[in-house]
Amino acid sequence: MPELGVRAQRRGWRWLLLIPILAPLPVGLYNRLEPQLWGVPFFYWYQIGCAVLAMAVTTLVHRLTRAGR
Amino acid sequence: MTVTARQVEIGVFAVLLGAMLVLGFAAARWRRPPSLHSLEEWGVGGRAFGNWVTWFLLGGSMYTAYTYIAVPALVYGVGAAGFFAVPFAIMTAPLAYLISTRTWSVSHAHGFVTSAEFTRARFGSRGLAALVAVTGIVATMPYIAVQLVALQAVMKTLGVTGEWPLTVAVLVASFCTFRSGLRAPALLSIAKDVLLLWLVLAIVLLVAMSGGWSAAFRGSGERFTADVSPASGLLLPEGGWLGYLTLVLGSALAIFAYPHALTGILAARDRATVQRNAAALPVYCLALGLVAMLGFFAIGQGVRPVGGDLNTVVPQLFHEVFPAWCAGIAYAAVGVAALIPAAVMSIAAANLFTRSIYREYLRPGASPREEARVSRWVSLLAKFGALVFILLLDPQFSIEFQLIGGVIVLQTVPAVVLGLWTNWFHRWALATGLLGGLATGLFLLYLVPQRAPDGRIVKAHFGGSNLPLAQLGLDSRSAVYTGLIALAVNLAIVVAATLLLRALRVPAGVDATHPADYYADATTTGTTAPRHSDTLLDGPSRPRVGAHAAR
Repeated sequence: MPELGVRAQRRGWRWLLLIPILAPLPVGLYNRLEPQLWGVPFFYWYQIGCAVLAMAVTTLVHRLTRAGR
Repeated sequence: MTVTARQVEIGVFAVLLGAMLVLGFAAARWRRPPSLHSLEEWGVGGRAFGNWVTWFLLGGSMYTAYTYIAVPALVYGVGAAGFFAVPFAIMTAPLAYLISTRTWSVSHAHGFVTSAEFTRARFGSRGLAALVAVTGIVATMPYIAVQLVALQAVMKTLGVTGEWPLTVAVLVASFCTFRSGLRAPALLSIAKDVLLLWLVLAIVLLVAMSGGWSAAFRGSGERFTADVSPASGLLLPEGGWLGYLTLVLGSALAIFAYPHALTGILAARDRATVQRNAAALPVYCLALGLVAMLGFFAIGQGVRPVGGDLNTVVPQLFHEVFPAWCAGIAYAAVGVAALIPAAVMSIAAANLFTRSIYREYLRPGASPREEARVSRWVSLLAKFGALVFILLLDPQFSIEFQLIGGVIVLQTVPAVVLGLWTNWFHRWALATGLLGGLATGLFLLYLVPQRAPDGRIVKAHFGGSNLPLAQLGLDSRSAVYTGLIALAVNLAIVVAATLLLRALRVPAGVDATHPADYYADATTTGTTAPRHSDTLLDGPSRPRVGAHAAR
C-alpha cells in the first residue's frame, strides 16, 4: 500500500517534537542571570521562551504530518 | 454608609462566583444531547468538544488554582527552584501530541472513558485495571483537596473566616457537576479564561507601572542573598540542577497518568482536535510563567503572607496593589479556577470507580443509565470527601498528600502510558511493579526531612518530594525526585517479572486492542469534521462510528 508508506514518511516529522521536549532539560546551560530581557534573568525568560518554541514546533509538525490528507 | 475596599472585593468576588455557578447549572442545557443519562454524555461530554472548548477545558483542568497560588508562593519562598512548574507544563504539550493522540484513538475505538479500562483491554486483566483505578482515585482525592485549599487561601485573605463559605461554594459546585457532568466545567472554563485574561493584562500593566521586572528581581536578589538558606536564590544553587530536572521530568510524565487530564482529552471530537490542542496549550504556560514571576514581584513590593501562610501571598498581593474591584475579579478567577479542576477530578475519579470497580466487580452488565447514576453519586462523594478532609485536618496535610499523590500516580505510567506502544509486559508483572513502585515511593518520601532555611530539621518525614542523595549515603549535595526513582524501580520489576513469568509460561492476558485502533479517528471516510467553522457554541457534527456509534 503506497499510501501507508507516505503516511509513515510523514510521521517521520514527529521526531522534530524532540526539540521542545529536550529544550527545558539542559538546566546547567540556562541557569544564569545574563543576558536579561526586560529586566528578567535568562533563567526565566529562556524557559518561558520554550513555550513559544513548543507551540511553533508542534504546529509545524501538525501541518507537515497532516498535509495532503 | 461608606463601603470599604474589602467589601467591594468581597462583593465582586461573590457576584462573579455566583454568576459562574448559575452558568454551571445552565450547562446541562448547553449542546443538549438526547439524554445525559450515560457515561459517554455525563462523563466525557459525548466526546463532542471541538478545538476551542477542548482547549479551554484542558487549560481549566490542568492549570489549576493550586498552580496559580502555590507556584508563585513557592517562588516567593525559594526563588528559582519554584519555577519548575513552567518547564514541566511546557514539556507536556509536545508529549501530549505523541501520547494523548494514541490514548484518544484507542479509547474512541473501544469506548473507554478512563485509562484503567484501557489497561484491562490491553493486558487482559481486570485485577490490574482495578489496581490502576484505585491508584488513580487515591492520587486524585488529595488533588481535589488542594484545590479547596487554594479557594480557602483566597477567602482567608478576604477576611472571610469560618467553614460555611467554603462549604456553600463546594456544595453548589458539586450539584453543578452532579447535574451537568463534564459540560459544567467545560462551560465554566471558557468564562474563567475571560477573567484570567483580564488578570494577565492587569498584571502586565501593574508590573510596567511599578518599576518593571528589573526592580522586582533586584529586590528579590537582595532578599535571597540576605537570607541564610542555601537553597533559595534567583538561580538554582550548585547541586540543585538534578533535583530540578528530575522534578520537571517526573511531573511531566505524571500528567499522563492523572485521570483528570485524560478526561478532557477524551472529550475531544477527533484526533486532530487533540493534536491542535497540543500545539496551542503552551499559551497557558505563558500565563503560568507570568504568574510564577509574581512571586518575585510580591517580594519587591514587600508583601507579607497572611498569618504566615505562603498560599496567601498572591491573594494578598492582589489586595495590596490592585484597585478593589480589580482584586475582586482576580479572586473570582482563582476561585473558579479551583472549582473547575475539582469538578473534572471528581468526574474522573467517579468514572474510574464506575467502569473498573462497580461494573467489573459489583454489578456486571450495568446499563449506561445506571453507570451515569453511580458516577454522579461518586463524584459528589469525592468532593465532599475532600471538603471534610480539609475542614477536619490541617491544610498542610492535604498538601503533603498531594505530593505523595504525584509519586503514587506516576507508578501507573508503565501500564497506562508505555502500554500504548507495547503489550510485551505481563499483566502480573505490571501489577507487581506498580505495588513495588508504590512501596518504594512511599518509603523514600518517608525519608525526606523538611528543613528550615537555616538547615535545621523541622520535620523528620514527608518533608518534600526531592530526596537528598546524602540521605542514601552518597557523597553528593544533589537531590532527586522520589517519584522518578520509584518509577525506575517499578520498571525494573516489570521487566524482570515479565521475563520470569514468560520463562515459567504463565499465561499472559489477551490483548483486545488492534494496532489500527491506535490510529482510529472519528471519521473513517476521509472527510473530517468541519475544522475551521469550529465556532464556540455551535452544535458539532457527531460522526456515528467508534464510541460515537455506541449510542
